[in-house]
Amino acid sequence: MITTGIRLIKYAFQHFKRNVWLSTATILVMVLALSVFAGLNIFNVTTTTIIENIQDKIDISIFFTADTPEDEILRIQTSVQELEEVKATQYISKDQALEIFKERHGDDETISQALQQLSENPLLASLNIKAQDSEQYAQIAAYLENESIKQYTERVTYGQNATVIERLNTILNIAEQGGFALTIFMALIAVLITFNTIRLAIYSSKDSIMIMRLVGGSNFFIRGPFLIEGIIYGILAAVISLLIIAPLIYLISPYSNVLVPELDLWVYFTDHLPTLLIYQLLFGSILGLISSFIAIGKYLKAN
Amino acid sequence: MIIFQNVSKIYKGNKRKSVALEDVSFKINPKEFVSLVGKSGAGKSTIIKLLIGEERPSKGRVVFGSYEVNRLKENELYKMRRHIGTVFQDFKLLPEKTAYENVAFALEVAGRPQNEIDELVPKALEIVGLGSKTDNFPREISGGEKQRIAIARAMINNPDVIIADEPTGNLDPVNTDEILNLLLKINELGTTIILATHNRDVINSIARRVISLEDGKIIRDEEKGKYILA
Repeated sequence: MITTGIRLIKYAFQHFKRNVWLSTATILVMVLALSVFAGLNIFNVTTTTIIENIQDKIDISIFFTADTPEDEILRIQTSVQELEEVKATQYISKDQALEIFKERHGDDETISQALQQLSENPLLASLNIKAQDSEQYAQIAAYLENESIKQYTERVTYGQNATVIERLNTILNIAEQGGFALTIFMALIAVLITFNTIRLAIYSSKDSIMIMRLVGGSNFFIRGPFLIEGIIYGILAAVISLLIIAPLIYLISPYSNVLVPELDLWVYFTDHLPTLLIYQLLFGSILGLISSFIAIGKYLKAN
Repeated sequence: MIIFQNVSKIYKGNKRKSVALEDVSFKINPKEFVSLVGKSGAGKSTIIKLLIGEERPSKGRVVFGSYEVNRLKENELYKMRRHIGTVFQDFKLLPEKTAYENVAFALEVAGRPQNEIDELVPKALEIVGLGSKTDNFPREISGGEKQRIAIARAMINNPDVIIADEPTGNLDPVNTDEILNLLLKINELGTTIILATHNRDVINSIARRVISLEDGKIIRDEEKGKYILA
């Protein structure tokens, strides 16, 4: 069994070496396919980060009437926090609101002077609410219509922003679904191209396969080297594709950083290199293996 | 012992039937040297294909030793084929393997240990007279040399029978004689030889059993036969 194993591996490397042009061509096509696969991975990370960022920026705020006691606001905060749809709430008291306001407009002489003119803090206490999912704001807004809350509210920002939020949701959904569809589509193309390339490579060995059968080779013995070769193709293509992608990402990274400040592609790439490599290796070698398995099956059947 | 019992092979195409073999019966005893003669399309190659299990008979039985060839499943065929050496007109050598590797391959598929292979392959190549070109690829050597490799590969497993289908078809007279002598020598050592050919001189010079075929039927089966065809 060990002897057989060694022989199969020896044949695979021998065949690979002696058909170096065919092997190179096959690997090049697989490199392209795997680069698409890696590119999709990066693309998905970028879109997910963008979508998460936008979602994170959406929130609704309730502004409470000036005479609402703080106890009441805290009670409302607790009850809102208990809602399933709510991810986080933040209470901003009148004083805090003023601090924030001052901080933001501290440099502006006119505004600071105007503030000093006022005897009382004109800002209202508010509660910032972030939903688990941006589509749940309508439900949260509906809850805030509840009389026990409504009597204290001066205004809720949702009403003004509802259209914008809804439109954003639609765009985000399309982006997500589109990205998913694109991923499937491109992955399918990558798989088909790889499969066909390997099929052609094995087609060129169909006479050899017939001879091996004639000499008394079992299907296992004939198939083995081709499967191992398929795996070798996959592994080499995975490594090469990453070697090609790495400098590309390094070059693109500064530009993507402008587009999505929260995302540093190069840092993401280097951080996730081991996982990415494993994915590429798995995808490549399994693709090579399965393609070879199917392609060679045709020549091993009975007449 | 090889037995063909009422064997017919009919190829069915689109509305057309072509009869390759019709009700053929014969026996070949161990250590015999049998020639199958006939024109192209007479059925020689069909008999060989049926015997090595590359085709299945439409009717009848094909027996090789303990194997009922027409009933063997695809995944059992290879075991039987290890008892048969084959030599073809177009040599059927693996193009990406050297002469040595081509011969060794027959032992490797059978799972023979490396030390046996190291010992047997040079011997076989020596016997067929190819001692010096063992590291050449088939594309680098002549037709006669290729056929020697094929014979070395066919005999190395010490098979019960060697089937040679037009082995001299692509060779010049000198090489033809040498290949023929090799086959006779192997036969003397106890291996059954089945030789399919339409070369009159070959048949007449060896004076062994001849089965003559015409249109898929056996028209003559003689000990020490001659090539007599219209």
